[in-house]
Amino acid sequence: MAYSDKVVDHFNNPRNMGSFKKDEEGVGTGMVGAPECGDVMKLQIKVQNDTIVDAKFKTFGCGSAIASSSLATEWLKGKTINEAQKIKNTDIVQELNLPPVKIHCSVLAEDAIKAALADYQKKTDEQPADTK
Amino acid sequence: MKLPIFLDNHSTTPMDPRVLEAMLPYFVEKFGNAASRNHAFGWAAEEAVEQARKQIAKLIKADSKEIVFTSGATESDNLALKGVLEMYKEKGTHIITSSTEHRAVLDTAKSLEAKGLATVTYLPVDKHGMVHPQDVQSAITDKTILISIMLANNEIGTINPVQEIGKIAKAKGVLFHCDATQGVGKIPVDVQAMGIDLMSFSAHKLYGPKGVGALYVRKRNPRVRIAAQMDGGGHERGMRSGTLPVPLIAGFGKACEICEQEMTVEAARLTKMRDHLQTDIMAALEESYLNGHPTNRLPGNLNISFAYVEGESLLMGMKDIALSSGSACTSATLEPSYVLRALGVGTELAHSSIRFGLGRFNSDEEIDYTIKKVIEVVTKLREMSPLYEMAKEGVDLKSVQWAAH
Repeated sequence: MAYSDKVVDHFNNPRNMGSFKKDEEGVGTGMVGAPECGDVMKLQIKVQNDTIVDAKFKTFGCGSAIASSSLATEWLKGKTINEAQKIKNTDIVQELNLPPVKIHCSVLAEDAIKAALADYQKKTDEQPADTK
Repeated sequence: MKLPIFLDNHSTTPMDPRVLEAMLPYFVEKFGNAASRNHAFGWAAEEAVEQARKQIAKLIKADSKEIVFTSGATESDNLALKGVLEMYKEKGTHIITSSTEHRAVLDTAKSLEAKGLATVTYLPVDKHGMVHPQDVQSAITDKTILISIMLANNEIGTINPVQEIGKIAKAKGVLFHCDATQGVGKIPVDVQAMGIDLMSFSAHKLYGPKGVGALYVRKRNPRVRIAAQMDGGGHERGMRSGTLPVPLIAGFGKACEICEQEMTVEAARLTKMRDHLQTDIMAALEESYLNGHPTNRLPGNLNISFAYVEGESLLMGMKDIALSSGSACTSATLEPSYVLRALGVGTELAHSSIRFGLGRFNSDEEIDYTIKKVIEVVTKLREMSPLYEMAKEGVDLKSVQWAAH
């Protein structure tokens, strides 16, 4: 199976690959997938004033999974929490030209975004009111 | 050194130029039908076929009359299982095979089962992928008519104790079919010493052309009979109808002749190269695991799982080297390798496996390049892997509650 140029580009030059410290202020971490299924994505966002100022990923998976998460971090940067909620897996499919067998990679990326946002929300909610 | 490098010699092999040379006269000049008994065109074709039959038989220590030409090993496997069952079904309908056979055997067995024509026992293999002769022995019932066990596995290269299985089959009066597609031409095969009654193999795995293979069918002690699965002109002693592809057969013969003459030297060279590849990669990369038998395997085979990285992404990172992976992402079924699973390799490590298949035309330079590239790409992908990061932090990955999807 041939990969699209965009998948190859993200695979060869992954954007925002790496990690933030999970307990750092304003960081939300989403980890989705399972090793037995052949893909695990970790996606992290760093939020300041309701805006995602930075994002990072690490992915165990095929080239399309790596490309989907790399693209997701690019898209997340600069978005508000609300805007980030609206990223759909179909947008990723379209942008990367993913074939039908690789659609689950884009679903996983959407799940990772949602999980990171939820984690951030949860951390913020748990904080004492005066530091909000 | 030319890129890309072909290191997938279990899938197919490049044709030896000497084989092509042997084939060329039979396309335009000597184009006759080997079944035409009444003119010179037919005689020339028949002569070529009979010479090839001798060359092939010599490689496996058989008689040339015991070679039945087919389109390849898949057809040979089908013909062996279905042909034996149809011929001997009055005697019994039980077949014994193993869980790591090629799909051509497994799916044939499953289809016979599904049609209610046979009952099949799928023997397990040990952690090295080997079938145990005592398991074969204990699976035999008075209804067993056929044992079908492969010589060497196509993924992990493990060589089965075929000779012992042959002895058991003979003692019990059960026919023994061996899918020797990966073994013939690579390791010594002797159908007499190994007690094989039927044997499948193919030309394109031994530097011959694609589209031709053979089924060895024993003629005496015992005389094996199979029911033809295709009706027609009654070629190949009535076992396989269809005009013989003379150029392919001439090439198959030449390929076997070359293997017969050069196998010993070639196997030693490939083993040395393979061991170099294995030692250097595994010394440089922690948590890389060999799949298959540590010593008793095909000279050109190396199958390694690299923990924390996924196979397809590895292949993608090494796109100037042609390799294969047991990862689900590279298979049509979206399931990781059933062969590795049968060995007890965990699903995650099955996803992380790479098969290297060395062959006649690989050079030391190519192996050195591959070693460098594998180390580079595995290291890069591990840096990118959340699993590697967690393992480094001391998280036991087995203790994590993963959400399977």
